[in-house]
This record gives sequence, C-alpha cells and structure tokens, in this order.
Amino acid sequence: MLLRHTSKEVKEREGLTINPAKTCQPIGAMYAALGIHGCLPHSHGSQGCCSYHRSTLTRHYKEPVMAATSSFTEGASVFGGQANLLAAIETIFSVYEPDIIAVHSTCLSETIGDDLQQITRKAKDDGKVPEGKHVIFASTPSFIGSHVTGYANMVAGIAAQFPVSTGLKKNQYNIIAGWMEPSDMREVKRLSKELGVKIVLFPDTSDVLDAPQTGKHVFYPKGGTTIAELQSAGDSLASLALGPISAEPAAIALEKGCKVPFETLDIPIGLSATDRFIMALSKVASVQVPDEITAERGRLVDVMADMEQYLYGKRVALFGDPDQLFPLTEFLLDLNMKPVHIVSGTPGQRFEKQMRQLLDERSPETNFRNGLQADMFLLHQWMKNEPVDLLIGNTYGKYMARDEDVPFIRFGFPILDRIGHSYFPSVGYGGGLRLVEKILNALMDRQDRDALEEKFELVM
Amino acid sequence: MRKVAIYGKGGIGKSTTTQNTVAGLAEMGKKIMVIGCDPKADSTRLLLGGLQQKTVLDTLREEGEEVELEDIIKAGYRNTRCTESGGPEPGVGCAGRGIITSVNLLEQLGAFDDEWDLDYVFYDVLGDVVCGGFAMPIRDGKAEEIYIVCSGEMMAMYAANNICKGILKYADTGGVRLGGLICNSRNVDNERQMIEELAKKIGTQMIHFVPRNNFVQRAEINRKTVIEYDPTHEQADEYRALAQKINDNKMFVIPKPLEIEELEALLIEFGIAN
Repeated sequence: MLLRHTSKEVKEREGLTINPAKTCQPIGAMYAALGIHGCLPHSHGSQGCCSYHRSTLTRHYKEPVMAATSSFTEGASVFGGQANLLAAIETIFSVYEPDIIAVHSTCLSETIGDDLQQITRKAKDDGKVPEGKHVIFASTPSFIGSHVTGYANMVAGIAAQFPVSTGLKKNQYNIIAGWMEPSDMREVKRLSKELGVKIVLFPDTSDVLDAPQTGKHVFYPKGGTTIAELQSAGDSLASLALGPISAEPAAIALEKGCKVPFETLDIPIGLSATDRFIMALSKVASVQVPDEITAERGRLVDVMADMEQYLYGKRVALFGDPDQLFPLTEFLLDLNMKPVHIVSGTPGQRFEKQMRQLLDERSPETNFRNGLQADMFLLHQWMKNEPVDLLIGNTYGKYMARDEDVPFIRFGFPILDRIGHSYFPSVGYGGGLRLVEKILNALMDRQDRDALEEKFELVM
Repeated sequence: MRKVAIYGKGGIGKSTTTQNTVAGLAEMGKKIMVIGCDPKADSTRLLLGGLQQKTVLDTLREEGEEVELEDIIKAGYRNTRCTESGGPEPGVGCAGRGIITSVNLLEQLGAFDDEWDLDYVFYDVLGDVVCGGFAMPIRDGKAEEIYIVCSGEMMAMYAANNICKGILKYADTGGVRLGGLICNSRNVDNERQMIEELAKKIGTQMIHFVPRNNFVQRAEINRKTVIEYDPTHEQADEYRALAQKINDNKMFVIPKPLEIEELEALLIEFGIAN
C-alpha cells in the first residue's frame, strides 16, 4: 500500500494538486531541441532546473542528454540573467561547438522578466554568435501549462526562427512531430517513404536519443533535423501537424512566417488516427497508398478481429498527455474496450473539447478531466470507486497498479523503469499492433495468474 | 534596539523626512543605522553628504560572497551608520528580490549585532509595496514599528491606507505594528484635521505635522539635513519635535485599513467638498 492515504471519497479541491499528471515546460523544450541536429539545449535559470530536466530525459532514454545552463546565482536573479546568458553563449560556442543553441527560460528567469528575444539579439549584435551558427529561444515558464506546452513552444520557436521562404516552392511537405518517441519519428519517416512523399520532419529525435553503440561518444549524434532542412521548410508545399496541442503552434508559426498552409492531425496512434494520417498524406501529395501499407493495415485489423473476445468490454483507466491520450482512447474504443477514467494534467479547452466530443459520441459515461486538479490522486480515487481491468500511463502509474492490483501498461512520458519505447514505435499500423500485443499480454497474463486450475487454458 | 520602517507614497518625502528625523535622534545622542531599501540608492544622501558610492548589491555583484561590512556601511552625520541596498538598473531583473538579498546579507554580516550598540535601525522603503520583496523589512520581525509618511492629497492617503493592508497581513505573524502617520504637509486645505481623522479611523495617531518649508529643499541641494545645514532654523525644530515624539512613542497598533468608500467619504467631508 504505497499510496495508503488515497481515500475513496472524491472531494472537490481548489488549491491542491497531488501527484500531478504532468511535469515542467523546459523538459519538453529540451526534448524538442534535441531533435535538431547539432543543437545544444540551454536552460536559462538556476542549475537545479537543468539537472532535473536532463536527468529525467536520461532516465527515460537511457542515453546521455547534454544541456547547458545560465547557472543563476542570487545576484543574477536580482540584476537579471543577461550577463550570464551572454557569457554562456560565448563559452558554449567556443568550447562545445554546437551549430545551434536552443535557449529556454525557467520559472525564475520568467518571473524576473528576462527577455530572451532581446538577450539573444544582443548576443548576435555583440558578435557572440559565430557566422553560420544560430541561437534560438522559447519562453517556457512552468507555472503555465505543462511539459507539453514547453515542447510546443520550442517547436514553434524552431518553426518561427529557421524556415525561410525563397519564393520558389519545393516539392516537399513538412511533418511537424507532436511529442513522440524517436521510434515513432523513425516510423513516420518510413511510412512517408513508403508512400513516396518527400518530407521534412521536425523535430526528429531518431538517431539522437536511440543512437547506436559505436564505441565512441559523440556530443552531437548524427540524427536530428538539419539546419538546411529546417530552412527549406519555408518552401514546402504544405505542413501536416501531428498533434493539435504539441505540434499545431509550430504549423501556425510556419504559416505566418512563410505562408505554408497546414492541416492538423492527431498523432497516428491506433487504427483510425493512422488511417487519417495516411489518407491526409496521400491526398495532400496526390499519391496512391501502396499495397505494403494496405497490408500492414490488414494485419492490424486481423488481430483486432481475432482477439476481440479478450478485449471486449475490458475497463481501462488511462493518464498522460493530450495528443497521445486522444488517439489512444479512440483506439481503445475501436478495440471495443471501455475507457472508464481519463486524466491529463495538461490544461486546455482545446483538448477538453476534442476528448469530450469523442466521449459524448462513443462513451458518454467515461470519467474525464484535464487541468490542475486532474492528477493521479484523482485517478486513483476514481479507480477505487469504479475498478478497472487495466491501467495505462507513465511509470508513476506503477504505484496505483500495485495498490489496486491492476495490470499496468507503460505508455507516455516518462518511462523510467522499462525500455522499448525508444525502439519500438506505437504510431502507425505496426505501432497499433504493438499496443494490442501489450494490452493482450497484460490481460492474458492476469487471466492465467488468476485462473482456477480447471479453467487454466493452454490455447487462448 | 528599536527597528523602524518608513513607508509612504512615492515622492511624498520619505527619505527626506527619515534622514531629518534621524539627524534629530542623532543629535539626542542615539546610535542609528539607516538602511535604504530603494534601487535608486538615495536614502542616505543627506546624512552622507552625497550618494553612497557602493550599495550592498553592487558589492555583492563585484566581490561575490566575500563582502565585508566596512565595504557597505559608511558613517554619516554624527556617526549614523548608513547603507544602501541598491538594485538592478530600471527595467531588468528583480528589485524586490534585491531587497530580500541585501537585508539577509546585512543580517549575516552582523550589521545588527550587539557590538554596534544601536538604539535604532531605520528602513527607508521605496514608495509602493509592489511585491513581496518590498515587504521584506516588515517580514518576520525585522522592523517592529512602522511610520507612514503621507499628506492630505488623495493619492497619498490612498497609498497610506494600502500600506496599512500590508502591515495587517504581517501583523499576526511578524508582530509588526503601526506607530503613526507623519503628515508631510502639501498645504492642502484642512490637511491637519483630515490626517488626524484618517489616523483615528485607522486606529493610530498623527504623530507629527511637518509644515511645508522650502528651506528643506535648500538643505537638500546642499546635500545636508536641515539640522546639519542650519541647526537654528525653525524647520530643524520641527524635525527635532518629530524625533522626540518617535522616541517617546508608546502607541503601537494593528491598523484597521478603511474601505475605499470610507476613505472617499473622508476626503469629501474634509477636502474638496469644503
């Protein structure tokens, strides 16, 4: 009973969040920046922020995550952090030699009012940014939104500060990745290639946070969207933003800056969302869906039909981030499962409306809440009142799963105690297959564990 | 040691009143330290005969943690100990945090220790208590008594009332009390009666009515308090009187700030309606 103080009775709370289903903005900004080739994320604040954000990413990916910090002292918080950041930019370019420094702010630097736009411009004016190198920035105060907001802000910063419109259109399309794993980004690239569509994917953390062991440590792994690719994004024919919350702001910035029209889609998790992605890409680029992709889809549909008896009516509680939760919920409904409780710490009416609409249509009795008081404590309380057969969420869910003795699937961010998420995608039809496999394994292992001897099945 | 903080609307004459009063107390033989809590660092100019060369925060920025008390406290008129908190240039950083940092630093360095044998510490705080930092001098028992400088002008009274709200907030935990209103006259009609009435309503006293006198400005131009510039001048006696009243003051209250309607009614009764 690790969470023994969680009571069954749900009370309305105003000022208290217990075990929040979200984390700091800069973690998202740092993750997004790592999806740019040769980019060093820089945290404009105290050292502790940077250490925490780095270590969370390192624990999730089991890879070294490099980032610099402005190392605020008491003096910096009084006089402003400009001097620290200017010195940092100079040092970083001379010692660590990145192509890009992606600066994000922190609660402290935001509260004292440091203006990253003004400071980064001053760095350029003062000649602290060598020719051909770049400093970009995003404002990421954690007292607003969540890590998802931070990711969205940095990706929007990338989209606003790199792409150039030369006036000559290129026969290519931008895909703006919502918060996805490196494996997912790799899968999006593979699917686009299968379709024969030339894309610029950004950010792209594949070959950065899933880099192979070569016996040699490199500071900037070979992956990540290059500067040339990012600049050319301004001449692309259109953008697809995968994720209304985490990717759309970048698409808007790109439309504003370079007049590239966009369409917003969900992250292609599960059958329906992947269908929409494939169809949108095929339509926008006027290409046929190749047989190989149709076959992939067929395999997923086949498994869904074969295993329906084990999935039907199974009750699921899930928590995580908006852009994953929506297609995941939709997929669970496609599998004829019952999403009973859904919680996300990321606030926002956009997500709330999107999810409500889906639930009103297909599962009106589902408990759903997002925002400040939508925390794991509430989810746990709901689970005590209306028990579930399965819990899906990040590593922090393991305490609830243990207390309630419920099968648990790790999905989302962060996953600190298992591997796989960086290597096996959960997007696309293949990703859907992997999710079904995980769900079935969890449910069937439980069925085997609890089966009476005479009901212990060899064939399932 | 009595710990006094002077608050009031910006431009009302806090620094001038504080320093002239301190000069009066110094003349009585009291040992006093004045801490300027304003980024402009002009709270000790009259006592020092010029601006403090190095503020606490300047020193902290330049010397790091290795600050010595001698670097930041200078002896002013009749050996009053003068120090300025200082702060960032306008428009950047966090001046409020600066006040917190420098008051903490002064404490760590032992500026308040018994060895200095101080009778009084005066905090002269920037006009409006805009954030937590400017409330630092009244937090956790730093200053114990507050005097609010005001005049019969509406905004000055409005500010005084607001400051009372701030005092109320810290009165329970920090034990800070209001010692009275100092009326720094602007020659408003019925000013004395109005401030006396305001004081009564808030539950305190108008401790002194300082008449307006251009001689104060003349002394100021010469970087001196009135008492130092011309000890025989009648205005010097006003500040001596104020110093004496503060020294003898026994009335320390938790203020009862007025509702806006009440405050406006007071102004109509004594002020513009007449």
